[in-house]
Parts: sequence; structure tokens; C-alpha cells
Amino acid sequence: MGQFLLGAYLNHPNKIRRGIELVNLTLGYERRPAVHHLSGAISPGMALAVCGPNGAGKSTLLKALAGLLRPIGGRIDYGSGDPRAIAYLPQLIEIDRSFPIDVKDFIALGALRRIGLFGGLTAREYDSVEQAIQRVGLSGLERRPIATLSGGQMQRVLFARLIMQDEPVILLDEPFGAIDEATTEHLLSLIAHWCAEGRIVITVLHDLELARRVFAQTLLLARHCIAWGPTQEVLTTENLQKARAMSEAYDSDARECLLDEAIVHDH
Amino acid sequence: MKRSFMITDIFITPFIEYEFMRRALVGSIALAISGAPLGVFLILRRMSLAGDALSHAILPGAAVGYLIAGLSLPAMTIGGLIAGLIIAFATGLAARFTTLREDASLAAFYLVSLSLGVTLVSMRGSNIDLLHILFGSVVGLDNPGLSMLVGVSTFTLVCLALFYRAFVVDTLDPIFLRQITRISEIVPFLFLTLVVLNLVAGFHALGTLMAVGLIMLPAAAARLWSFQLVVALPLAAAFAVFSAYVGLVFSNETGAPTGPAIILVAGICYFVSLFFGRAGGILRLRRPRSHLEG
Repeated sequence: MGQFLLGAYLNHPNKIRRGIELVNLTLGYERRPAVHHLSGAISPGMALAVCGPNGAGKSTLLKALAGLLRPIGGRIDYGSGDPRAIAYLPQLIEIDRSFPIDVKDFIALGALRRIGLFGGLTAREYDSVEQAIQRVGLSGLERRPIATLSGGQMQRVLFARLIMQDEPVILLDEPFGAIDEATTEHLLSLIAHWCAEGRIVITVLHDLELARRVFAQTLLLARHCIAWGPTQEVLTTENLQKARAMSEAYDSDARECLLDEAIVHDH
Repeated sequence: MKRSFMITDIFITPFIEYEFMRRALVGSIALAISGAPLGVFLILRRMSLAGDALSHAILPGAAVGYLIAGLSLPAMTIGGLIAGLIIAFATGLAARFTTLREDASLAAFYLVSLSLGVTLVSMRGSNIDLLHILFGSVVGLDNPGLSMLVGVSTFTLVCLALFYRAFVVDTLDPIFLRQITRISEIVPFLFLTLVVLNLVAGFHALGTLMAVGLIMLPAAAARLWSFQLVVALPLAAAFAVFSAYVGLVFSNETGAPTGPAIILVAGICYFVSLFFGRAGGILRLRRPRSHLEG
């Protein structure tokens, strides 16, 4: 399984060997920061879980990594890679589920960045659509309109589109929100496979058990970085309490941050 | 024998005998073929009322053209086009850079635009002129008018074919479109431009208020018959062509104004679909087809 995709990938070794570096990154909306002075590096093949309380800036971070939000301060360094070579699955799926399109056509959209808006779907791309459908276990549903799918099936469709996108960096924002266990396990195996292929997979998670079980690295975020490193060392009771306290401590009328160029110190 | 003679009398002879009927038929079919698929996209984008709003927004432009050059087609067309595009772009920009959503901005802009238009027309014209602008006259199509309708129709169909995928993705999953292409920002504007073009082309033939009917009603009817876009788009065009033809025949027989006659036929198509449509009609709820295995 997945040999095809791995094969396709080995043809572009450069695409895969690149990390992402966050340099003193500050993100937010309307001057109000949601993520403060975050620095760190993500290396190829890393499965990174991003955990933290609500409003910690997890989704904001993903949006910025996907290039949909310009940083207020600092920068994201994509190395020599193409900053657009990123597959992003947003949390509030802004997909119109009533749109008249079937599973196969929807998944084929994943090829768009390669073939362009005006190019045709080659026979090879068509084959990989079939394989992606098999990989996520949706064989037989190719011609079903997406409006008739269950939540879990739709999430599988979205993962199949990620497979089709075939990007070296994959960003997932709470992909297991309302998904049953079997589907979650299935999709987790895909994530593991992606990492084995050398891709970066960054996943926002609420389920800490899941993070402990599957993700080697975890970033615990509460607007500031509480801890970033091997999951077992990050998700300690002490750190989690710190994160909770931190997110509650923020008052509504924050003053201008003077910390701009300084390095973040421990709070 | 006599009976069939009478039928051709009603349905075919007028188009053979009168040139203005042939022009009207060609013009309204051109508009039907390009407008109705746009209507399907408007419905899918949850912008059904945007077409209506934009058709009102065109009025002041047409009025300015009228004030400058009298009842001249090019002047009123260019005026309408400019006004429609300004409103469409201003709405898009306001939606992007302010906290107001697109529908609120559009409502605000078109209301101002419409009142401005009516004021301008009443400053210098009579009510008859206003009626002409509002309800048009497809049987009065001259050569430039016909060329414009056919030209707009051709341009729209070419754009729809070229940017079909962009329009689909922008409607279905706009965030995804932003990730895969740099032109994602212009796709909604291109779409609105096509809508405005069709409305302006239609306003001379059907009037500003009626042009939007030929765009929306067949599209709504077609959506009730198919879950597949590749079926709904040509089906909408077919409904629109049917409405244009039957409307013209009806208007010719009864002396009813052409614009409203065409839209009424389209309305009948819609109501029939509302009941019998296989993909969302009312009767579908009463007698569900036997369920499938597994």
C-alpha cells in the first residue's frame, strides 16, 4: 500500500528534504496577537502535535504556516522549498457539502496544483485518484455525491485529497473532531505513513492520549510556547497546568507588547 | 389537417414572416444559453439575490447614459456596464476589507444605486422612458443590440469553459483555491463581471428587472432535476431557451409584453420543477423510491 506514492516521491528528493523554521514568530488578528514570539524548527519526517487550551493560537499557527495569514512579527522560513507546497486541512471545514460533486471528482481536485486550473487530468493522475480512494477505504463510493456522505466518510475524502496533493508538508487542524475510532485509526496510519515518507505532518489535537501514542514531537501552546520537544517530556502535568493557567490569565485590554525583539523568557 | 396547420400558424409562422420575431428569438436564445448557467453558479454560491441586486445597480449607469445621449443603446449599455461593475467590485472589496458580509454590502450599494438611478431618470425623462429601461423590448432589437447580445453570450460561454474549474473550486472550497493558485483573488470578480455583462446585455432586450429572471428561474428549475453540475448547467440553458421561445409565441398571440411573457414561462418551468423535480422536488417526499440494497 502506498508504494506508488512513495515511488512518485523518490523522483523529487529535493521536495522532501526540507524543514520549516519559525523565527520569533508573532501571529494575530487586528494587532491582537494569538501567538507570541514562537521559535523552533520542524524537520522532515516529523509528526508534530500541536496541543493547548482553546484560544491558544493553534489554528492561527496552522493558518500562518499555510500562508493564509501574514505574521505580525518574525517569520516562517521554508528553506529552499516552495512556501506553497503545503497541503492544509482547515478545522471549520469551509466546504459547501451541498455542492453537486461526487467523491471521485472531489478527490481529483487534489491534483490541481500540479496540472493547473486549465490542464487536463492525465491517465497517471487518474490512477492515483483510484489509489487514493482505496487508501482511505472508500472504494465503491466513487460516484456518490459528497452531500450524501457521513462525517467520517467526508473526512476520509478530505484525506484522500491530501494524498492526491502529495505535498511535503501537511497541516491538519483537529482532523479527528467528530470521527469514530475505526476511522481515526485508519487516518492515523496514513499520518504515520506520510512521516515515514519524510513528510512533515503538523496536527492540531485536543486528544492528549492520541498525541502521546502517535506523535513523536509535541508543541504545547498557550499563546506562548509552553514546551516543545519529545511528546512525553512536553505533556507533563506541570506543563499542562501552566498552559491552562496561562490561557486564563490573559486580560481583555492588553497593552502594547514591548517584547518585540527580545527573546521570550519563562513566565 | 386543418388542425396541424393552425399549430404551425402559432408556433412557426410568426418567425418566418416577421424579421423582428426572428431577431427577438436569436437574441433571447443567446441570452438564455449564457445567462442560465451563470444562474446555476449564483444559486450554488448562495447569491441568488445578488443577481437581482446587481440588476438594480445597473440602472443609474443606464440612466446617466440616457441623460447624455438619449435612448441610445451604446451609451446606456456602457453606462450600465460601468455602474454594475463598480457596484460588484465595491461589494467585493467591502466584503473583503470590512466586517460587513458580502450580502449586507451588496444590499447597501444596490439600494443607493437604484435610488440614484430612479432620481436621474425622473430628472429628465417621462415615465414611458423609465418603463422602457425597466422592462425593455426584445422585439425592438436592432443590429447593434443583437450583435451585443450574441457577443456577450459567446464571451460568457468561452469564459465559463475556460474557468469552469476555477468557478467550481471557488464555490465549493475557496480556501483550497487560495492554496492552489495565485489567481484565486480574481475568480469571484471575474464571475461577477460575467453576471453584470449578461444583465446589461439583457436589459435592453428584457429590461433591467426582467433580465435577471431569465438567469435565475431556469437555473433554479434545473437544480431541482439533477445532483450533477454537468447536467444542471445545460439543463438550465435548455429551460431558458424553451422559456424564451414559448414566451415569444405567447406574447405574439396575446399581445402581452415580451419580457414578462418570457419570464412567466420560465416561472412555470420553475413551479413544475418544484413539484416534480427528481432532485429535490416536493412530490419526491411523498413517494420515496424503493431503497437500494446496502
